[in-house]
Amino acid sequence: MSEFLFEIGLEEIPARMIAAAEAELLRRTVALLERERLIPAGAAAKSFSTPRRLAVLIHHVAERQDDVAEELTGPATKIAFKDGAPGPAAIAFAKKAGIAVEELKVIQTPKGEYIAATTVKPGRTAAEVIAAELPKELSAIYWPKNMHWRPGRPSNPDRFVRPVRWLVALLGHAIVPVEFGGYTASDVTYGHRVLQGPAPVQVKSPASYAATLNEAFVMADVELRRHTIRKALDHVCRTIQSPAGCRWREDHALVDKLTHLTEWPSVIAGAFDPEYLTLPEEVLVTVMRDHQNYFAVEDKEGKLAAHFLAVLNTVPDERAAVTIQHGNARVLRARFNDARFFWEFDQRTPFAERVDLLENVTFQKDLGSYAVKSSRVVTVSGKLGAAVSGKGFAFHSEALLDAAKLAKVDLTCELVKEFTELQGIIGGLYARAAGLSETTAAAIYDQYTPASMEDRIPSTAEGCLLGIADRIDTIAGMFSLGLEPTGSKDPFALRRAANSIVKILADSQLPLTLSEVIAAASPSDEVAAKLKAFFAERLDFFLREAKGQAYDVVKAVLAVGADDPRDAVARAEAVSAVRSSDDFAAVSAAFKRMKNILAQAAEKSVAAAASVDDSLLTDPSEKALAEHSAILAGNVQRLRAAGDFKAALEAIATLRSQVDAFFEAVMVMAPEPEIRANRLALLQKVLADFSGIAEFSEIVTAG
Amino acid sequence: MQSVAEKQTPLTFQQLLFKLQTFWAERGCVLQQPYDVEVGAGTMSPDTFLRVLGPKPVRIAYAQPSRRPADGRYGENPNRLFRHTQFQVILKPPPVRIQEMYLESLEAIGIDLSEHDLKFEEDNWEWPVGGAWGVGWQVMLDGLEISQFTYFQQCGGMDLDPICGEITYGLERIAGFLQDVDSIYDIVWAVEPDTGRKVTYGDIRLPEEQQYSAYGFDYADVPKLWEHLNLYEAECLGLLEQAKSIVEMDELKKLRFPVLGAYELALKCSHLFNLLDARGAISVTERVGVMARIRTLVVGVAKAYAAQGEALAMPSREV
Repeated sequence: MSEFLFEIGLEEIPARMIAAAEAELLRRTVALLERERLIPAGAAAKSFSTPRRLAVLIHHVAERQDDVAEELTGPATKIAFKDGAPGPAAIAFAKKAGIAVEELKVIQTPKGEYIAATTVKPGRTAAEVIAAELPKELSAIYWPKNMHWRPGRPSNPDRFVRPVRWLVALLGHAIVPVEFGGYTASDVTYGHRVLQGPAPVQVKSPASYAATLNEAFVMADVELRRHTIRKALDHVCRTIQSPAGCRWREDHALVDKLTHLTEWPSVIAGAFDPEYLTLPEEVLVTVMRDHQNYFAVEDKEGKLAAHFLAVLNTVPDERAAVTIQHGNARVLRARFNDARFFWEFDQRTPFAERVDLLENVTFQKDLGSYAVKSSRVVTVSGKLGAAVSGKGFAFHSEALLDAAKLAKVDLTCELVKEFTELQGIIGGLYARAAGLSETTAAAIYDQYTPASMEDRIPSTAEGCLLGIADRIDTIAGMFSLGLEPTGSKDPFALRRAANSIVKILADSQLPLTLSEVIAAASPSDEVAAKLKAFFAERLDFFLREAKGQAYDVVKAVLAVGADDPRDAVARAEAVSAVRSSDDFAAVSAAFKRMKNILAQAAEKSVAAAASVDDSLLTDPSEKALAEHSAILAGNVQRLRAAGDFKAALEAIATLRSQVDAFFEAVMVMAPEPEIRANRLALLQKVLADFSGIAEFSEIVTAG
Repeated sequence: MQSVAEKQTPLTFQQLLFKLQTFWAERGCVLQQPYDVEVGAGTMSPDTFLRVLGPKPVRIAYAQPSRRPADGRYGENPNRLFRHTQFQVILKPPPVRIQEMYLESLEAIGIDLSEHDLKFEEDNWEWPVGGAWGVGWQVMLDGLEISQFTYFQQCGGMDLDPICGEITYGLERIAGFLQDVDSIYDIVWAVEPDTGRKVTYGDIRLPEEQQYSAYGFDYADVPKLWEHLNLYEAECLGLLEQAKSIVEMDELKKLRFPVLGAYELALKCSHLFNLLDARGAISVTERVGVMARIRTLVVGVAKAYAAQGEALAMPSREV
């Protein structure tokens, strides 16, 4: 048993791709060795990565595969042997099997007597297998973007994320000559570009890999690097004197990115002129985080402090640390200066006057400019506002309409051209700075939220209404041009826009239905029908993906109503809460049976009576079902009206004993036509009374 | 001994250029002069855009003044310029040690890497108008993007074989970094040896920035610009039409057919587009259309250039 180490050295791999590739290399190498019977299932294995390398270390690798005995069946004995002597067929078979004629044996098969040969397929050595098979696994690794680097296309098949620069493959102390990307593996790796320099570094054994690299200023273990960075951020933060008690702003994604951008990380703190703190925090944080990879620092109250933390790919001495800090601070100052220039420059044109400038900004070739779009969104907002007012929902109508009018104005601002990721947010900030009402500013600020299913919805009702109005205008407009999403193609991200509408309706208190939202955009009948189907799909997606509801529950719930997302969510949650109870499962099954009976009756054109006639109820069990369900129906109705779907479903489940007794004692399709019609009517009524929350027949029950 | 003093005084703007030129000349690069038609980036010079096509190895380096009208700030912004200077290095095929060579070039301009923080961050380059793209990095030194490093993969919509390594140094940024000044205009361009008088970037270039910005934003005559654009486009299209029969031309005509002239006409269109854009004269709708028109020219030239190269490499059919 040996340990196997493989490392592929590359020019800097994009940070965003490293984690997945590292995991894939490990998975593929382990699967290969398992498949080739070189490691037991579940053998210990570990992976490493830095920007310049991916590596795996696998324990308990066998030196060679076990030999495998194989029995080959040849021709029938009577053909192979003539008078006890081997004929040409026997000789040919022995030759093919690679054994002497004398070693042939005779076996009995159901078809008679045959000659056979036992051959031993010798196991290959691990080194042979790895050298032959590992390159195929390397070529198969998925990269979001590949490149060519060696000449000779198309015969040269090298395609990888970045040029390969070296390979290390060691099985115990022996080099395995794996070939890939123009290199043959050796025991030589390379350390940190600057701290170690270009001198080769020998890896003496697989187990010494991490320690060897550590001496060459490379921390190959990703989690160790992540931990080192976090600790250093904490530590350096504590060295900041003023304000006391600073903390760095937690940012998992940024920690992750820097973990994959460094081989030998450390952290320095820098400061900027507190005067820049007069700029909006959103802008400062975006510059630091998105443009410079710096961590923002906040004081004890959570207010932004005039400091930043930078993660370095080196551990500088004191003098170098001063130089690096100075350099980073200089870059940040230039960026903040630019931002301040734009922030002040933009405000020289009064915010409200910028509405006219929107005429020059095209929204979509056939849907006009953003000025035209804004006026449409004002109209749609007005209609949505009227719909919720009509249901007694209070909000600031004027603030909403102002926000709708000004929502897109920030597209004409230099700051948005510089920081496109802050559109909307910058509009809100300018609106506030221009003295517009806080409600208007907040609605503009929040117009693009939620950007994803995990994101929050706008903090105000006006923001929610604006967000819905803007998106339904876009969706309806695109649909009217035939630009709806098809298959995997959704170039205008209309599905995401619709998901956001569904989420706002589900998570806010707005009394709005999807059909009211669609109607507000005044689509043609044809487009309205398409939109209805589109939103039903989105609601289905939302219940499953965002709310984690089971497929059958979603189907059951949407079958009885797909227009009110908040109501659908509540019903789905209630169904999921009770579905595991025995009574509920039994009632669901019974309801499914009722539905089937009614369907079969309809097929045979056996009509149900118009209503249930109590005098025709003959069996005590059907009388009991009729009585109990009548009482229960009122009850369930009240609970549903109060929105307590769970209690309503629990009440319905109490019908189990009557339902069970009914099916036990009664044959619905009785020979007497009037009794039969009456029983069918009873079933119809029960189903009608209790199916308002979900179509129970859709619920998949165990067994 | 002199080298100690040299290290303590950061390079002037022109010394920076000298050092880079010397460094790359010593590594086999032909030093080309800046291209004399307006370009938005060093990549658009035919020394990059056209020489990357075809199988012929190339090592070439040049400084390229690059015009980006929309970035003009009347000389009032310390970090942005209408016209900045790129130092462009083209290595086809890229040597295995290309990254190490690049790092050595930083040492050559006085950057002691052991005292700085260096990162290669993913940054892929794309010029849709040229049907060109590559993968690579932005090189970050102490948080400053000092170079773009790209492995060209396609150009003019054609796969490159061999591919090409491109290194682009932002000279103003690097000089500002070396000299530790906050404004580009304070960069020392040269020092008079006899008087010690410093000539700054602002002394040399500020009027250009002021006037080019004013021209681009305020004075450029929009209908005239459109007219120029249409004229250059028509002439370029005319040449491309003739280029279609390049295979049938006799040897001398083949050699002399002005694909390079067509490229200059296409570059003129690209620059006029940038001017119109800076002037705010192109709506988003029009934008897509005009870009498609220029793409037709640029990609057309690239294809004609490749066809000409192939036609010339083939034995003449008239022999």
